[in-house]
Amino acid sequence: MIRDITLGQYYPGDSPVHRLDARTKIIGTLLYIIELFIVNNYWGFVIAAAALFAVIALSRVPVKFIFRGLSAVFIIIAFTFLLNLFMVDGRVLWHWKFLTITYEGLSRACFMAIRLVLLIIGSSMMTLTTKPIELTDGLEKLLKPFGLIGLPTHEIALMMTIALRFIPTLMEETDKIIKAQEARGADFESGNLLQRAKSLIPILIPLFISSFRIAQDLALAMEARCYHGGSGRTRMNEIHFGKGDVVAAILMVIFLAVIIASRFIPDLF
Amino acid sequence: MSIEVKNLTYIYNPGMPGETRALDGVSFEVHDGEILGIIGHTGSGKSTLLQHLNGLLRPTSGQVFVDGQCITDGKVRLVDIRRKVGLVFQYPEYQLFEETVAKDVAFGPRNTGLEESKIENRVRAALSLVGLDYDEIGESSPFELSGGQKRRVAIAGVLAMRPSVLILDEPTAGLDPAAHREILSMIRTIHESMGIIIIFVSHNMGDIASLSDRVIVMDKAKIAMSGTPQEVFSHDKQLAAMGLDVPPVRSIMMQIAAEIPSIQSNALTTQEAAEDIRRAIPGFEQ
Repeated sequence: MIRDITLGQYYPGDSPVHRLDARTKIIGTLLYIIELFIVNNYWGFVIAAAALFAVIALSRVPVKFIFRGLSAVFIIIAFTFLLNLFMVDGRVLWHWKFLTITYEGLSRACFMAIRLVLLIIGSSMMTLTTKPIELTDGLEKLLKPFGLIGLPTHEIALMMTIALRFIPTLMEETDKIIKAQEARGADFESGNLLQRAKSLIPILIPLFISSFRIAQDLALAMEARCYHGGSGRTRMNEIHFGKGDVVAAILMVIFLAVIIASRFIPDLF
Repeated sequence: MSIEVKNLTYIYNPGMPGETRALDGVSFEVHDGEILGIIGHTGSGKSTLLQHLNGLLRPTSGQVFVDGQCITDGKVRLVDIRRKVGLVFQYPEYQLFEETVAKDVAFGPRNTGLEESKIENRVRAALSLVGLDYDEIGESSPFELSGGQKRRVAIAGVLAMRPSVLILDEPTAGLDPAAHREILSMIRTIHESMGIIIIFVSHNMGDIASLSDRVIVMDKAKIAMSGTPQEVFSHDKQLAAMGLDVPPVRSIMMQIAAEIPSIQSNALTTQEAAEDIRRAIPGFEQ
């Protein structure tokens, strides 16, 4: 169950998307997110979805794998969909007791849901095709100019590396603790909301203690290897822009132009 | 009480990258009152096997019968199975969470729906079985105890459910020699006073030799060997090929036999070894 969440996970592979420089992928993803907010009609979404599917096809990450990991996120999207659906005023489409669906509500709910789905799949494509370590290296390089105004870029990158690195570890730990408590007859699936929330205590407390233990071990291991922050640190693998990155950059610019142009064509509906 | 495992197969992440066959057609039986030791290299499928015995994992194919009842067809209540088959995980002290030792040990019995009036007695009995005193530590926080004590509290938490089968996954891992000995003698006490089936996994061949009636050797998701400790540990070359050792006493006796051919011994424990040596030296009895 908890292992199925693949958000932020890396899918090993050797596709053109995997080989891109992490910086290209970070900028591309950021650009994609911004573009999703530039879009103002369904044509834009059709184009954005097509581009996304092209990237997925090129990356050779199985679609099933992407969606399986996002099932938990889709619950949140469904929730925002329902909120939008019932909370927006306008022309009434359907009415029952206190529930009212308006034309505007329906349209906004669909619009937001599509935007969120694309946004989440788009950003998970970045983490699926980039090793966490490359991702943070790329981020550190991208943030470097801000170091001049006192931003601790190396520390930020390190914190991100550690956070990403420990997602699977903590999930494994959670899985173990859940099983151990289940072996003692704990039941996490029945009862009302309050009982279910209470039944999480036997998981959360051991997990909390474990994470402190893990953090302490890691800090000790880093100190034992003379870690002293980012200044003067060199890298074994320097990252370089390649031919693929140039192609990607050109495609990104074209895509941006297309998205902006899509604002001016008449809407689908 | 008996356990029967029939043709058990389990595949992790079917159809995904990293698909692994953790168990492949595993079959065995455990009889009433037996102590079964399981050995195998890391990743040979031992822990996966244990998790099938109390329904934490559902097999890809195959069946598990506890006391003649099939627990893998999805018809039994899982709480009943978990009450019957107590499973103590590796490093069980990491699962402690309550404010007091007594409350933590009571967690299991309470989940099985036992009446409050009976719970205290259960907790007292379970703590004394693991060699701890309720009046002394019952009200203290489990996080204040020593490593060995924490582990015993966690084991008491499973014993308090009065299981008919106790499964321990590496019960002595990471303990100092004194705590190690205490856990071993605790397992013996539990077995003698409750008369239950005990199944345990260990990397310590000495523990396996001295505790178990029968040993199962797991290798690459299959059962590679099974038999009495004497039988299993006589195949030292096959064990070495699987990355496993014989008990230290056995390897010392083999070296002695190589130097002094008159001392031939199959001893697995120090007592047996001492007897064999005594017998081999003429006139020693006088």
